[in-house]
Amino acid sequence: MILHLFSYGAFFTTVALTYAIICLGLNVQWGQTGLFNVGVAGFVGLGAYVSALLTTPHSAEHIGGFGLPILAGWLGAALAAGLATLCVGWLTLRLRADYLAIATFGFAVVVQLCLLNLQPITGGALGIAFIPRPFAASAHDPARFGALNLAVMAAVVLALYLALERLGRSPWGRVLRAIREDETAALALGKNATRFRLQAFAIGGAIMGLGGAAQGHFIGFIAPDNYLPMLTFQVWVMLIVGGSGNNRGAILGAIVVWGIWALSASAIAAVVPADQQARTASLQIVLIGVALCAILLLRPRGILGEVRIVSRHLLPGSRLRQRLPHADRR
Amino acid sequence: MPPMDAVAGEAPFIEARDLVKQFGGMRVVDGMSIALARGEMVGLIGPNGAGKSTMFNLLAGSLRPTSGEIIMDGADISSEGPETRIAHGLGRTFQIPRPFGEMTVLENVLTGGQGQSGERLWVNFLRPRRVATEEKAAVEKARGLLDFLRLTPLALEPARVLSGGQRKLLELARILMADPQAILLDEPAAGVNPALLELIIDRVQALHAQGRTILLIEHNMEMVARLCSRVAVMATGRLLAQGTPGEVARDPAVLRAYLGSTA
Repeated sequence: MILHLFSYGAFFTTVALTYAIICLGLNVQWGQTGLFNVGVAGFVGLGAYVSALLTTPHSAEHIGGFGLPILAGWLGAALAAGLATLCVGWLTLRLRADYLAIATFGFAVVVQLCLLNLQPITGGALGIAFIPRPFAASAHDPARFGALNLAVMAAVVLALYLALERLGRSPWGRVLRAIREDETAALALGKNATRFRLQAFAIGGAIMGLGGAAQGHFIGFIAPDNYLPMLTFQVWVMLIVGGSGNNRGAILGAIVVWGIWALSASAIAAVVPADQQARTASLQIVLIGVALCAILLLRPRGILGEVRIVSRHLLPGSRLRQRLPHADRR
Repeated sequence: MPPMDAVAGEAPFIEARDLVKQFGGMRVVDGMSIALARGEMVGLIGPNGAGKSTMFNLLAGSLRPTSGEIIMDGADISSEGPETRIAHGLGRTFQIPRPFGEMTVLENVLTGGQGQSGERLWVNFLRPRRVATEEKAAVEKARGLLDFLRLTPLALEPARVLSGGQRKLLELARILMADPQAILLDEPAAGVNPALLELIIDRVQALHAQGRTILLIEHNMEMVARLCSRVAVMATGRLLAQGTPGEVARDPAVLRAYLGSTA
């Protein structure tokens, strides 16, 4: 029983952490830079498919795969999604913010339709199965398999968190926040807003692609239906609930919202008769919507909210910080 | 009206030649020329709707001229965007201050720093020591500027809590972080209480004494008279008059522009 609980807990947390990766990507774009990307699912799906094609063994049903190691698949996914984001951003970031929303939404729809219809490459509606899973050799021991995958995903999230925190507290991150606050003033200070926004957009997209790849490899199967606008909605809710602009909030939001999603699915399965479960599954979406409303009413800045980031050299213990008045205020 | 000359015999540091800015059928700036010598402080005045702010935005790069040239230290910068002005040594403040409200006062000032390695993405991972060294120097410099503008007690407060006058001082600190040789000051006295106004005047005088070139738009004529040895008057998008504050105050054309044709 305990072993089962541990295995389920590890599975649940690992999936939640794959969402946390995607959420961290969105936090770079929206939380730190104010870029309104409503095509998250497209970048995640692109990453998942690129990694799957790179790592699956050769298939008669579609072009590829190339049988590369999982790590190569992950890197390829991040690179492909980053390049796609760069292209979309290059075309749209000079325009007003609402055009970016329209363009990214359009991109996600195009990606999803391509995944569905480019059968010779993507396998069409049936998707791609038998994607190599990390530590597949341990699959016979669910507890060990779960623990190893959880450890890897936790390491990836931790590495991303540390890298993004470093960037957020660097002069680069400071310029991003300045552009988000007032682009005109940032331009007057000599900051090339387009270049900075493009960099942040591409990094966020690459992280989303990595998240998609990590998710695909952990589950072992991907299909176009996984990358519908619902995924974009889920990730946005995760970021808003956790605290936009806060990397820890992005991770926490992913775990909390995925928890609500998974627990509500279990509750529906336990309470509702089997023949009605397909209909009542919509209640999950209602529940997420209610959670979002509650958070917006009770904690408009999310559970953790954005912390005021100052120079790394003004963090607690810094001599420079101690010489400033009110140094303890946040 | 001929172009307003800088100090005779010396190449102007900032020069606008026959600037025109047309919005639809309306010429808001209509052949305006002005020149400032290095280290000079000039006041730009005129009634509401004269085109001063548009002229300012043309010089700052926020607007592109329909025609005409802007020369900065010998380089034609007419077609360049606002983000390149600082590299030419030209900084600006805004009539309505634009602080980065959710960032601390100190971070606002640090953002004005130029050429910081840490603003390049990969350098933060590849050369962290270099970034740290530069950042420490930047923080020290920012602290000096906050002291100069008496904002040190507010250093770690979010900029949104500052009063109107403090925001004007913050904008000045932020732009001084970039070490501009020339500064465009857009109504630094507007909405500022008398005590802070004296501080602003004192600090602008200090900046001028350091050899910076300053173009000042201001409605407060007392302030203009105290700070500027030369004044340019704009009306209907053109240069109407120029001279010392006393000369332009007595100029009948200027009086007509301010008080109407019956004056």
